[in-house]
Amino acid sequence: MIGPNGAGKTTLFNLIAGVFATDAGTITFADERIDRASPEHICQLGVARTFQIVRPFPELTVIENAAIGGMLRAPDMDEAYARAGEILRRLDLWDKRARKAHELTLPDRKRLEVARALATRPNLLLLDEVMAGLRPTETDRILEILRTLNREEHITIVMIEHVMRAVMALATRVHVLHHGATIAEGTPAEVTRDPRVIESYLGAEDFA
Amino acid sequence: MTLSLYAEVLIQGVLTGLVYGLMALGLSVIFGVVRVVNFAHGEFAVLAMYATFVLFTATHLDPILAAIPIAALFFVIGWLLQRLVVQPFVVRPQHDQFILLVGLAIVLVNALLMIFGPDSRHTDLPYAYDSWFVGPIIVDKVRAYGAAAALAVAAALFAFFRFTLTGTAIRACADNLTGAAVVGLDIKKLYALTFGLGLACAGAAGAIMVALTDVTPMLAPSFTLLAFTIVIVGGLGSMTGALLGGLLIGVVEALASAIIAPSMKSMVSFALLVAVLALRPQGLLGKPAT
Amino acid sequence: MIAGVFAGVSTRARILVAALAVVLLAAPLVLDRYLLSVLILVCLAAYTGQAWNVLLGFAGLLSLGHALYLGLGAYISAALYVHYGIGPWLSVFPAIAACILVATLLGWLAFRFRIEGVYFALLTIAFAEVARVGFDHIAFTGGAGGFFLPVRSEDQGQWWNLRGGPTFFYYLALLLAGNALLLCALLRRSRIGHRWLAVREDPEAARALGIDVNRARMSALLLSAAMTGIAGVFQAFYANNLFPSQIFDISRSIDIILAPIIGGVGTLFGPILGAFVLAPLGEVLISATGAVGLNAPGTKALFFGLFLMAIIAGVPSGLWPRLAGVLRLRSAPDDHALSHRRDEALPRSCRGGRCFAERRSWFDLRGDRSKRRR
Repeated sequence: MIGPNGAGKTTLFNLIAGVFATDAGTITFADERIDRASPEHICQLGVARTFQIVRPFPELTVIENAAIGGMLRAPDMDEAYARAGEILRRLDLWDKRARKAHELTLPDRKRLEVARALATRPNLLLLDEVMAGLRPTETDRILEILRTLNREEHITIVMIEHVMRAVMALATRVHVLHHGATIAEGTPAEVTRDPRVIESYLGAEDFA
Repeated sequence: MTLSLYAEVLIQGVLTGLVYGLMALGLSVIFGVVRVVNFAHGEFAVLAMYATFVLFTATHLDPILAAIPIAALFFVIGWLLQRLVVQPFVVRPQHDQFILLVGLAIVLVNALLMIFGPDSRHTDLPYAYDSWFVGPIIVDKVRAYGAAAALAVAAALFAFFRFTLTGTAIRACADNLTGAAVVGLDIKKLYALTFGLGLACAGAAGAIMVALTDVTPMLAPSFTLLAFTIVIVGGLGSMTGALLGGLLIGVVEALASAIIAPSMKSMVSFALLVAVLALRPQGLLGKPAT
Repeated sequence: MIAGVFAGVSTRARILVAALAVVLLAAPLVLDRYLLSVLILVCLAAYTGQAWNVLLGFAGLLSLGHALYLGLGAYISAALYVHYGIGPWLSVFPAIAACILVATLLGWLAFRFRIEGVYFALLTIAFAEVARVGFDHIAFTGGAGGFFLPVRSEDQGQWWNLRGGPTFFYYLALLLAGNALLLCALLRRSRIGHRWLAVREDPEAARALGIDVNRARMSALLLSAAMTGIAGVFQAFYANNLFPSQIFDISRSIDIILAPIIGGVGTLFGPILGAFVLAPLGEVLISATGAVGLNAPGTKALFFGLFLMAIIAGVPSGLWPRLAGVLRLRSAPDDHALSHRRDEALPRSCRGGRCFAERRSWFDLRGDRSKRRR
């Protein structure tokens, strides 16, 4: 999902995740209406999300953070920690597992956030600007991981992104949001050539 | 109870409530601007009561008139307290601030206990038992003067915030801290000023209260709770709300005291507090969370 | 499972704990009556501190009205004993039930209406005050004049009625404190413990991971209330007198929080260390000020207040993390305290270990975020 700032992308995520209540309309996930559900119920249904400004549990260690995610579908805490360990290894955080979350650098915290969300074994993963502030090498690494997740674990991933590299490389479909409405939809190639999209990003009225 | 008795109780409640409102106004200002939970607010009010009492004993200065020098003194105390003790806690988690001020409250109350002892002190004013007769209703002069003084101080504060540049700057801080900083306002200085003003209100209220009731350190925790109750009922961030809340609580307590029992009045206030917290947390005049 | 509790703990730590246990168990053999009574208060303070700690250190809710449960537990067990002859080992159950009931009401009010932070603290104060004023008017339990448990010499030795000497009460207090420690250690490693920590750290993020924040908070509140209620039963049968103005008073609530805050909120050994530091400190203060001639009531409390301020300013995570560092005990997951690092390297929004978008405004009465929140 791309679009200029203020288009409503994070708001949409918050609506899906149950943080905001809808004024009208419905949201359905896995044949169940979720617009009236609580965030925790929505997560239990299989939706995991990250936050635009990362919020790991600061005083807990990396592995504890991940284990709390893993707790959701694990029969006991040992399983939860095992799942956490597995995810951390996947995301190159295993070496830092005993560090407290607030000690990590920003890229690591972003990865922890993704790890924690993944530990819940979601079917749908909502990533909010996960690439922002990362160096190209780090972006590539995350791209690689996401691609693998999507392919191997069949997790549907919806990303809000401004980093066009990531969008072009990863996305199968792109929605462009502007002033709260979809103005274009299609493959990355189609969308980036769409004149309406170009105008929304570069147009004069978008300096708000 | 006859109608005129009800009216008297009501009036008494309003007049006392205005003084409570002044104290709460101080808390609202501190709470609303500096965003620090001044759990020692009542303790400062009682400290002011003792200061006024000592002043009265030494110089026979009328407590209500003493509100001015006492307010000035407590302005300085507030200013210093904010600068030296509270400022580092502004960015700390809520719980830390609360605990710091709880500690301060303990220190203040027990210092007063040590110096003055637990027995209540009484001030004998020449006009303490005078009243006016408005038809069948009796109005105590002391309460009326006290309420008038409270209103005067509140009005001065309102005028300050409304008409002076510094007052506007402080309101800006309360509204949008980052914006205020970005336009170059000296936040620390404004915070200190605000804390000073807040404690000045508590001080003035304390001074006035010496004319209305006996002083004992035990009043302190109940004053703090009262101030918080009023601020929450009247609405956070609203100065008029603090006064209105004070009025309301004053009336509620007076009525509860007369109709049920004096010892139950705080329970009624608390019931109101709980109701407000649950049903209309922004209080009567507060801004709802946007 | 018990062995599992000590799994992550270093040998050093194990030895220290064992040594401490031995010392404490042997105490009555060497200490005189007075010192033993001080130790009883220490153990009780450690126990109630641990109970209170569950709410703040685990679930992140500050309660300043915990004396409510102390008083409820005390009055109910005392009333059942005095009026119906029911022993405390039985009456502890209705006492706990009452505490849980009241806590449920408090919790329902708070969570249904999203009362958090300082407003929650004020709510707890309000509840305690209502109890204080209320019990003044309940004649069945003596009203304001006080409620007294009969102390007859022929009852001595009736352990089932908690009639005994200092040694008896000491071991009982020690048992309570020890069990509380064990319970908290177990909980810390359990699923619910992890939920609590998540809720404490960041309720929104916890929700996004499938945790029912309200349920988690309610369970912490109920456990904390129940544990404190048990302390109340002890208190009633130890002191043998109860006054609403004392046992429900806010100063009592503050007494409860002193030890865990000084020792370290959110840690397992914090409340214990805090209790052990405060008791001798109190005694030293009394004798020192007595020697100087400052014998006024309130001296001890004043110093405790200053001490509290000093700790929250200088060592906000408490003395235990410092001590553990000095003794070089491995930082096991037990050593979690509310964050207070000077995070200079992080952006301002991350100060204090909280990487939130912006510091929560006081105007956000409904706890979490704004907008059309459900």
